[in-house]
Amino acid sequence: MKAVWKKWIVAGIAALLTVGLLWAAQRLVMPKYQSSSIEGSLTEEYYRETLNHDVLFIGDCEVFSNFSPMTLYREYGIASYIRGSAQQLVWQSYALLEDALVTDSPSVVVFNVLALKYGEPQSEAYNRMTIDGMRWGKAKIDAIQSSMTDGEEAITYVFPLLRFHDRWSELTVEDFRCFFEKEPVSFSGYLLRTEVRPVTQTPTPAPLTDPHLPQTSMEWLEKLYTLCESHGIELVLVKSPSIVPHWYDEWDADIVAFANSHGIWYTNTIAQNDEIGIDYETDTCDMGQHLNVAGAEKLSSWFGAELLRRYDLPDRRTDDAYTAVWTEQIEQYERAKATE
Amino acid sequence: MLFTSWGFALLIAVLIPLYYAVPQKCKTAVLLLANLVFYAFAGVFALLLLLGTAASVYCFARWIGWLWTQQKDSLAAHREDWDKAQKKSFRERMEKKRRLALALCLVLHFGILFGMKYGAGIVGLANGLFGTTWDGTKIVLFMGCSFYTFSAMGYVIDVQRGKYPAERNPFRVLLFTSFFPILVQGPISRFDRLGETLFAPHRFSRENLEAGLLRVLWGYWKKLIVADRLLVAVKQLIRYPETYNGAFVFLGMLLYAATLYADFTGGIDITIGIGRMLGIRIDENFIRPYFSKSIGEYWRRWHITLGAWFKEYLYYPISVSKPLRRLTKAARKLGDGFARRLPVYIATFAVWAVTGMWHGNSWNFLVWGLSNGVILLASEELSPLYARFHGRFRGWKDAWAYRAFTVIRTVLLLSCLRMFDCYATVPETLRAFGSMFTVWNLPMLWNGGIASLGLSFGDWIAAGVGVVLMFAVSLQQRPALLTPRFLQKPLAVRLAVYGTLLITILVLGYYGFGFDAGQFIYNRF
Repeated sequence: MKAVWKKWIVAGIAALLTVGLLWAAQRLVMPKYQSSSIEGSLTEEYYRETLNHDVLFIGDCEVFSNFSPMTLYREYGIASYIRGSAQQLVWQSYALLEDALVTDSPSVVVFNVLALKYGEPQSEAYNRMTIDGMRWGKAKIDAIQSSMTDGEEAITYVFPLLRFHDRWSELTVEDFRCFFEKEPVSFSGYLLRTEVRPVTQTPTPAPLTDPHLPQTSMEWLEKLYTLCESHGIELVLVKSPSIVPHWYDEWDADIVAFANSHGIWYTNTIAQNDEIGIDYETDTCDMGQHLNVAGAEKLSSWFGAELLRRYDLPDRRTDDAYTAVWTEQIEQYERAKATE
Repeated sequence: MLFTSWGFALLIAVLIPLYYAVPQKCKTAVLLLANLVFYAFAGVFALLLLLGTAASVYCFARWIGWLWTQQKDSLAAHREDWDKAQKKSFRERMEKKRRLALALCLVLHFGILFGMKYGAGIVGLANGLFGTTWDGTKIVLFMGCSFYTFSAMGYVIDVQRGKYPAERNPFRVLLFTSFFPILVQGPISRFDRLGETLFAPHRFSRENLEAGLLRVLWGYWKKLIVADRLLVAVKQLIRYPETYNGAFVFLGMLLYAATLYADFTGGIDITIGIGRMLGIRIDENFIRPYFSKSIGEYWRRWHITLGAWFKEYLYYPISVSKPLRRLTKAARKLGDGFARRLPVYIATFAVWAVTGMWHGNSWNFLVWGLSNGVILLASEELSPLYARFHGRFRGWKDAWAYRAFTVIRTVLLLSCLRMFDCYATVPETLRAFGSMFTVWNLPMLWNGGIASLGLSFGDWIAAGVGVVLMFAVSLQQRPALLTPRFLQKPLAVRLAVYGTLLITILVLGYYGFGFDAGQFIYNRF
């Protein structure tokens, strides 16, 4: 009897050791997104937040590059967060919002419309950067199911070791340093970039094969609207300033029609450029694709005023809990601006 | 369904507990269901062909079995009133009928197999000759068809020969034909041997489970850490034969030898391991083939079941066939030695031509097969010379260095022959082979040549360690398999080995998104 127990104990220890080693291996080989492709850290960083947000941004790189929550708080007292990620597809935006609503109660959700041009899953690498960092729940499962490209397998999202195991031969010091804890790379979801790479030319846009945004995208936009409506949230649609990729008038017309039919605010900031004051000689970090911090602050300053004009948002600068957190973050933000 | 798919892992994870949970009478049904699920992934037509083959084989075997029964019953009934001549004549008539039934069966099934293997080539030829525009690319060989057709035909031939009676239970024939672990790359099984264990009652046994698990893990280890990794370099070397010539050809030859061994034996390890976990003993297909001292010995130790099949169902029947006996008789005029050799030569070349054709539908494989035949016959002819040599240098034969030399010689020789399997055409193969002796570019290997083959430094290290470990395990498996000795080790040691194998497979394995891995090389034959 004693021998049987001994065997079970040995087997149990062996099983635990194996699982533990596999967990450690998985932790080690997963990309840390600390010094390259840092936007891969954004999804996960959201869960560090302790306070509620009144405005939540969702969308692709145009939200995490072009809007500065620091400016929104400093100038208007708006507590906001950007749940953005690279090439975030509309169904992923939906999942990230659904996931955020488990703990967050925003009054306004701002969705950047550029990614609506994609009606199908695009890139495995971007899928991983958006989805891997999500906490487990229905939203993540839905995001996986709707995002997988050819050749991807759902099990690799459950056990990312099965996807990233091949990194074993390219591990760096960073992988070991960030084994337990990663450094934050954003300021409330905003990726600060100070470099200036002015626009040198405006490429001629290719003719559209289909003048309309994909049907799938529009259906997801409808779902996004319904989700916001069911939570009493105002959905705002925005097209961030950019020179490339080109935002077609035909696509804009689709969004305008959607916004009008649903009675929601849509702003195409490309058309508002002069009012906002974006200068593509000084305010872009990559020749017109994304804004740098100077451009992001200009856009946020204008956008915050518009938000306050249209929606009843509280001024969190008088709230001690918010002040403590945001003051420290703004100080870090300013230091980063100065040192970058 | 591929052995390397997650679906397959799920199938096994569900099947093993379910198999032991259900009563004995339901086990066949569970296995049949698993077979259908496994093969359904090959497509509806492939599944229908498999089911059709099983049904047809059952009917032919039963027909032949019925003819046997008729013969026995009639002979018993007429024991007193028929004289010897009448009995002989009756036997001959029945034998003719059985042979006819067998011939129909063989023509049908080998015809289908031939059509699938060579259909595209024949259509291409017809298009060239007659100006037609038929699309031959739609004719594909269904996965595993070569293997299950051979196993099934072996069964019908055995019944025709009266080796054992035809199976009455159609589900048993279906189970034998479609048994999923052996379906896609063998071993080519015999009905009597596999059936003995396949249809026997199976109770759960920790020993079987552990032995099977060890074998499965080791198989995946070889496949995913060594074979699929090295295959990247092999493919690169073959893709650009003009660039990678000389020393690169030699490197490719050795890499392919390691790749094929790891791939095929890995697949068979998984097959045998899964069988063992279910309590079913599947025949070994390899006995440390790379330790063979001659090509003849190698072929008795590599893909054993295919060699045995050809020997029993092709070589012997050709050797003793009436036309060949008549030819031998006629050849006596040219000398006894010639007449003695003639049937051996003809049967050997026939077997190797068919072996080559079985492996692929290009001229390469035919040349490869016939080359093997030439070397085997040359070895046979030269055996008196070897005997004289060893008579003069007594003691050499057993010397360690000489044995090592013969092993290395054999590996190099068979690696050279395998080049026909690698390159696209016979001339290309011969050019690559020739460049080993005419192009001196050895320094290019370490001046960036190896680095250009698509593998990282870490990959080479992992593959190198893998090859050394495979070699070490092979050495340990003399004189018998390692598993029984391993199972005597303390539980903690065994669990540590299972855990290490699992972790290294998952971390170092060459699989997943972006990797062009998965199918076993022998799946395509």
